[in-house]
Order: sequence, then structure tokens, then C-alpha cells
Amino acid sequence: MNSCRVITGILLLIIVCAGSTVSADEGGFASWLLSLERRNEVAPVASETYKEECGACHFPYQPGLLPSGSWKKLLAPKALEDHFGENAELDEELRLQLLKLLEKDAAETSYYKRSRKIMASLNGATPLRITEVPYIHRKHHEIPARLIKPNDKVRSLSYCDACHQQADKGVYDDDTVSIPGYGNWTW
Amino acid sequence: MHRFLMVTLFFTTTAVMAAGKTIPTSLPELFSYYGARSSLPLDDKRGKDLWFRQTPAKDGKMRDCTVCHGKDLTQSGEHARTGKVIDPMAPSVNKERFTDRKKVEKWFKRNCKWTLGRECTAQEKGDVLKFLSLK
Repeated sequence: MNSCRVITGILLLIIVCAGSTVSADEGGFASWLLSLERRNEVAPVASETYKEECGACHFPYQPGLLPSGSWKKLLAPKALEDHFGENAELDEELRLQLLKLLEKDAAETSYYKRSRKIMASLNGATPLRITEVPYIHRKHHEIPARLIKPNDKVRSLSYCDACHQQADKGVYDDDTVSIPGYGNWTW
Repeated sequence: MHRFLMVTLFFTTTAVMAAGKTIPTSLPELFSYYGARSSLPLDDKRGKDLWFRQTPAKDGKMRDCTVCHGKDLTQSGEHARTGKVIDPMAPSVNKERFTDRKKVEKWFKRNCKWTLGRECTAQEKGDVLKFLSLK
């Protein structure tokens, strides 16, 4: 009985110590652990600059949807000149600013559930597309192809907010999905 | 008090510009900026020609400015690939247009490369701005 208490004490100490050494923007491991909010989804985009610069052309994907290795590749100057067929050149100052904030909030730094799952599924890979993340791919596996590509209002899984009604808040829960021309998607 | 306000304003403006966020401007200022770098006087007709000039892209499709900005400049356009809404180009309906030189330069660079396959000259930019300013 006594040894049980000692072990529990040690475990608690380890948790608190671990928490204090991690100082992520989200408040760290300790605050994640003690929080009533279980950080189920993806951290919402915090930077107005990111929303404006990247969101001018497409849905501003949350930094926590890809690891920093992916963001680094995507934001290389040459890569931005041919950003999936588009020219997305940035001046150097802005490029570095955006890269810094993406790396800071990348999937591996986040305690949000989906970022953790994304990291676990990647196995060290750094894909260029969020749709190539095994976890994301698996989560969309059951959606019939006819609801995506031939669907004028969806076209591709890249348009998160076409179906995920709260994608801008970083919420991708089943309950918030409504596929245009089909309706709510729950099972 | 007045001096204090002026000093604050000066430092705020400098700070904002140094952060690389915006370079406040106006159409007349842009005309003199591009005009000074052009050999011919800026001309809206030449600008219009460039706006509607069709250039073949690598994917075999023809590109011009209307692909994303639409035919009616007082209406919103749509990004060719992502479908994201692009606010009207006409300054008569969109007061925000052409008020930030940094933004003007950024989009001229990206969009000339996408549409024409090369950067635009100061002359071309000035001509296009003349054309757009009348809308």
C-alpha cells in the first residue's frame, strides 16, 4: 500500500516536471493535462498575417495539420514560385515570418488530438499535401468518390471548408460535416 | 499635445512600414511611381489590351486577367483554382483597391507571371492601373 503511494507520487512528479519543461504556445503539457477542455481538434490559426497572406487564395490550413518538415519544403522560395501550379511568391521578410510561425505551431509541437494523430500516422514522413497524411486519408476513406470530385461544390478533399462547417475554427468533428448536395455526414 | 500626436503618428507609420506590412498609397501616387519608370505616358487603352490579352499556358488553356477577375470589374471574381472570392477590382466599388503599394506590387508580380509567364514592366503596370482606375 505504501509503495503504491510512493509510485503514484513519483509518477505525478514526473508529469509535473515534464509539463514544466515543455513550453508550447498552447500552455504546455501540464496545462493540457489539467485543462477541462481536452483539445480535441486542431489549434485554430492565430496569426492574422497568415490568414491574410495564405487565406487570400485558399482555405488557411491550420499549421497543426502538417509537421514543420512539410512547411519548410512548402515555403522554400522555389517551391512558392510553383505552389501546386500557382505563383505564390512572397518577399523574403514575409516568407521568413510565415515560415517561423508555421514551424512554431506545426503538428509536432501541438497537444491537440488531431495533430497528435497526424504525427503518429506520418512515421517521420513530410508530405507536401495534407491529403497525403495517412491519418487524414484514412478519415476520408469511407466518403464515396462521387460526393467529392464530380461534386461541383466540393471538387477535392483539399477544400476542407466545403464540407467541414467549422474548419475555420479548427473543428473537424463528424457532427460538423455537411456535404453539399448530400447533407450531414454522421454514422 | 499636437506635437505629441504628430510624433506618435510618425513613429507608428514608420513602424508599420518597417514591418513590411503596407506602403500606403493612392492611384495618383502609383501613376507617378510607374510613370517615372516608363518611357511612354501611361495609357488606359494599352492597359485594356494587356488585361484581355490571351496567353497560352503550359496546361494548354488560354489565360488572361478575366480568368480570375471576371468580365465585370465592378463584380467579385473567383480564383481559377480554389474558387476563393476575389473582391472587385474597380476602385469605384472597392475603396481598398490600390491603397497599398506593397500589395499592388505583390499581386502584379504573381499574377503577371501566372498569366503572361513573365513579370510585367513598370510601363505595363502603369497602363493596367490607368485602365482599372476608370472602372
